[in-house]
Amino acid sequence: MSLISEGANVGRPGGAQLVDQGRYDAALYEPSSADVGDYIALLKPRVMSLVVFTALVGLAVAPGSLHPVTAFTALLCIAVGAGASGALNMWYDADIDSVMTRTARRPVPAGKVKPGEALAFGLTLSGFSVVTLGLLVNWVAAALLAFTIFFYAVIYTMWLKRSTPQNIVIGGAAGAFPPMIGWAAVTGSLSLEPILLFAIIFFWTPPHFWALAIYKKSDYGRAGVPMLPNVAGDAHTRLQILLYTLILTPLGVAPWLLGYASALYGAVSVVTGAAMILLALQVYREASPADRACRHLFAFSILYLFLLYAVLLVDRGWGGLIARVAA
Amino acid sequence: MDDNKKAEGQERGGQNLGGIVLTEAQQRARRSRSIAIAVALLVLVVLFYVMTLVKGPAVLVRPL
Repeated sequence: MSLISEGANVGRPGGAQLVDQGRYDAALYEPSSADVGDYIALLKPRVMSLVVFTALVGLAVAPGSLHPVTAFTALLCIAVGAGASGALNMWYDADIDSVMTRTARRPVPAGKVKPGEALAFGLTLSGFSVVTLGLLVNWVAAALLAFTIFFYAVIYTMWLKRSTPQNIVIGGAAGAFPPMIGWAAVTGSLSLEPILLFAIIFFWTPPHFWALAIYKKSDYGRAGVPMLPNVAGDAHTRLQILLYTLILTPLGVAPWLLGYASALYGAVSVVTGAAMILLALQVYREASPADRACRHLFAFSILYLFLLYAVLLVDRGWGGLIARVAA
Repeated sequence: MDDNKKAEGQERGGQNLGGIVLTEAQQRARRSRSIAIAVALLVLVVLFYVMTLVKGPAVLVRPL
């Protein structure tokens, strides 16, 4: 009899067996070989860095003051919360990840971390990040972080991703929340400006991911994920990419038009927005499968979002941050 | 069985309980995980301590 069954049967009359030795899966009790690096990979560090950057911008452009240590704490909690939702995503999507070349080396499908470990890790970090943000910063930001984790792990990962080609349109909201959380960390409330920051990322997500989905179509097809190119075809997806880009670019210019940002931001958003539209037009016009144009759009869309937020940070937030640290 | 690979708890008071045996790689991985957990807890304690100093008496004011 193993230690497990002995422990489980302590105090049971007649030595009744709680654990049926013939039925439990021995692999379940195999000691873990996962090292710290595997757990860090569960946090999706690259996605986390983007989340921290956009949250920093939301935090820096918000009116009011926040002690630098409090600001650091808020960013740390947001980063850990984002990592937690990444771990929960990897726990649930291990079956899909194992058949896609882009994700097959992730810790769970690679067998380095067991699904139960990833789940426990994700839930623990979720709880700690939300409670710590609430106790040390404010509960509005904590509630937004909790909702973001729930939205990404449950609404997107468990529900939308496998059921509708609009998965990344609606699910994109999860990636758009961090600047709002950063703003709420400073002000304890929300207004039009953080909603604008949210809208920019929300409408940026479909052209960005659909461009990837077109040239990774076979990967998504093998995994059975109903991405738009697999369900509606390339031509329809390319039209949708163009339409979403036409909505995105005016939104990108809006902070300047509404007086939230300087002429420098206005110039950068107009020029990079025009480049986004040109690349989306190339995707729309190029003969199928349009892989080359899609790769260009995918790569430039990352630069586009980074530039908009970086200029906003320098333009609006950098001076404010320095003033706060000096104060 | 390699003596170095005996699991913690496998032998207690000289009695072999037939427990789970960790390989050296598993022991190393467990040690690195334990250190990471200790560091994370330390960071959490320091964070709460420093934030208490930062907030001062306002730490007791908690409007929702």
